[in-house]
Amino acid sequence: MTDITPGAVDFVPPAEVKEMELYHPKSWVTKYVFSQDAKVIAIQYSFTAIAIGLVGLVLSWVMRLQLGFPDTFSFIDPSDYYQFITMHGMIMVIYLLTALFLGGFGNYLIPLMVGARDMVFPYVNMLSYWIYLLAVLVLVASTFVPGGPTGAGWTLYPPQAILAGTPGQEWGIILMLSSLALFIVGFTMGGLNYVVTVLQARTRGMTLMRMPLSIWGIFMATVLALLAFPALFVGAIMMLLDRIIGTSFFMPSIVEFGEQLQYEGGSPILFQHLFWFFGHPEVYIVALPAFGIVSDMISCHARKNIFGYRMMVWALVAIGALSFVVWAHHMYVSGMNPYFGFFFATTTLIIAIPTAIKVYNWILTLWRGDIHLTLPMLFSLAFIVTFVNGGITGLFLGNAVVDVPLSDTMFVVAHFHMVMGVAPIFVVFAAIYHWYPLITGRMLNETMGKIHFWISFLGAYAIYFPMHYLGFLGVPRRYFELGDTAIYPQSAATLNAFITVVALIVGAAQIVFLFNLVWSYLRGKHAERNPWRATSLEWQTSQMPPGHGNFGKELPVVYRWAYDYSVPGVAEDYIPQNLPPDQVKYYDQEAPGAQGAGA
Amino acid sequence: MSFFRHLTEKPWVTAQARVDDLQDGVAFPLPGAKLALRIFLAAVTVLFMLLIIAYGERMVHEDWRPAPPLRLLWLNTAMLVLSSAALQWAKVAVGRAESLPLARRQEMQHVKWGLTAAGVFGSAFLAGQIVAWWQLDSMLFFDITNPAIAFFYLITGLHALHMLGGLVAWGRTAAGMENADLSRLRLSIELCTVYWHFLLAVWLVLFVLLFSGNDNLATLLAICGIR
Repeated sequence: MTDITPGAVDFVPPAEVKEMELYHPKSWVTKYVFSQDAKVIAIQYSFTAIAIGLVGLVLSWVMRLQLGFPDTFSFIDPSDYYQFITMHGMIMVIYLLTALFLGGFGNYLIPLMVGARDMVFPYVNMLSYWIYLLAVLVLVASTFVPGGPTGAGWTLYPPQAILAGTPGQEWGIILMLSSLALFIVGFTMGGLNYVVTVLQARTRGMTLMRMPLSIWGIFMATVLALLAFPALFVGAIMMLLDRIIGTSFFMPSIVEFGEQLQYEGGSPILFQHLFWFFGHPEVYIVALPAFGIVSDMISCHARKNIFGYRMMVWALVAIGALSFVVWAHHMYVSGMNPYFGFFFATTTLIIAIPTAIKVYNWILTLWRGDIHLTLPMLFSLAFIVTFVNGGITGLFLGNAVVDVPLSDTMFVVAHFHMVMGVAPIFVVFAAIYHWYPLITGRMLNETMGKIHFWISFLGAYAIYFPMHYLGFLGVPRRYFELGDTAIYPQSAATLNAFITVVALIVGAAQIVFLFNLVWSYLRGKHAERNPWRATSLEWQTSQMPPGHGNFGKELPVVYRWAYDYSVPGVAEDYIPQNLPPDQVKYYDQEAPGAQGAGA
Repeated sequence: MSFFRHLTEKPWVTAQARVDDLQDGVAFPLPGAKLALRIFLAAVTVLFMLLIIAYGERMVHEDWRPAPPLRLLWLNTAMLVLSSAALQWAKVAVGRAESLPLARRQEMQHVKWGLTAAGVFGSAFLAGQIVAWWQLDSMLFFDITNPAIAFFYLITGLHALHMLGGLVAWGRTAAGMENADLSRLRLSIELCTVYWHFLLAVWLVLFVLLFSGNDNLATLLAICGIR
């Protein structure tokens, strides 16, 4: 190997690390409630996101009950059903996944993994969480206002979103849009922190290309979010004005219940463009952190360096850039110019290239690796399979001609649940099983974890595979019930009932997971230091769980990338990023320099 | 820093490790606050760009009725230019005050005047915008469903909100001026100046394209072959 320079270990730069000013809390309240410590903020974000996510889960149960057993449950009427689908979609995509990946994992992992004491603007970071909480509360409040929450569908398309007849037209839609605007303000505060911390506050030796891919994923997703959320913000403000003071940004001249409204000349399509200019990057805002985290899981639990690290980074950057030029593939049936559709179909299919590179690299990392079937690894494998499945149906839907007949059918529902529902959630689970010992000092129970994994994994397929078939039959999404429609065979109803039963079981399996979180916190096995024998910095802190300021007296100095697993000739099968080259133990102690530090 | 050069590094190669070990973990030779401001401004640019595109998209339709141009906006523009210039003056002065200790007293006077003038002109701009809103509102053919009028309120309103946020930062800088240490004061003034110039640039684009009659945007759309 030509790249190994004998004697490279001779030169060890002096360990001068710039310190940052750290805010020291003085009371219990500033330590745990109005905390400026990114780790506490991360946990606050995660708890809030998971709590509202549980609401989303329960909503999906109720929807499935209605779809599987129509005419059975008197407490669900069509208006409720629309409110449930709207809130379920919004909660899961924005208030759960975006908040959990960026606010939760971003806050916890960025400072620890890049070797910083905290985020660069801790106060702004704290504000970010409290505004997020406010946004969630406003969202929840919409349940209690006259007319209930909005039932416009998670895409909130005007004109129907603000016309009478759509549930929540009075107050629900106003609170929904306000909540989104608040979320975006809060997120921007957090997002600036994540980006600037990654760029400016890394420890000595931590170059951008030595960062773990988790950080790359979170970083790129944050950049996307900062540039995409303004579109939703503009759309939300404009629709609020249409609803409240009667402007006509999105509202065409329209008759409501036989009465001509004062709106005239607005463009509903404009909202669709704004929404999807945000909405498509949003898919990658959720997916890129998942890509990054899963890369680290696979590398660590297969004890092998990640295959094609540079290519992985390039793919993240490329996917991020491309995600801004594909938005109109969500609008093939909006009556757009066919050439326009052709352009967006092409860009959409091009995204498959960097994405496929990532999938191949994960598989090549596993190839002949020392695969440990730990829970993080199991969930990561499940992610790869699920993401490939969901991605391939995406290729179908990305083609305008194939999309037109499949549009607004259950096929689409199955597709996006696979690719951006189930797949990222599997990564969330993988990440929680992986980092729980770091956060709490205890291991999660393995048996409960296996039960949780197998039911969730097999259940997800039992739910969504048949749903693709329902889509082919032409079963539409968003319908309260199919009724006596002759075009659907009886088997469609049977299949719907089957899906509902499985969905209830999979939902119940999540209770096992929640119980595991609590039980293991109280009774779980104490974790040893660095239980997964990982290389990255978050495991090399002076205490576990990491204390205030993350690292001990001195910040770590980084000497290598995060993927030195199973380095030939080295005694241990991993080399921590901050282990000086002269302390690496080799089998052949006589020639320590010959193997090179980062080979 | 060349981002793309970094992307070609091979972190696993020992020769690269010798270079990487010397990295101090800072990508741009800037204080964090300045970088954060630039990234924030990038997001704000997207916001206003989308609004301009939405405006243009709406203007393409045949039923477009332009809003009456308000003469007052010329005066407001002048206020904003003066405000920006005053802040630039304060910025230069605080730089000199730091580098030339002998001239510090005098330069700090300039800083004081520059900051005050920036605040006064900035507030005058905001007040002028409020008067403009009121003028338009009291016109005979005021009709909120006219998109040109609605866009005017929306876009100038968002711009004014950003300006208001800037004035809060300005207020904190001006209030803490006496006690702040010089390098901190310089950073605050520099941040305000960048923000002010940015808002001025945004305003000029908005004013030229949208609010001084729609002719300029119409020409632009025609050049692009859209209208």
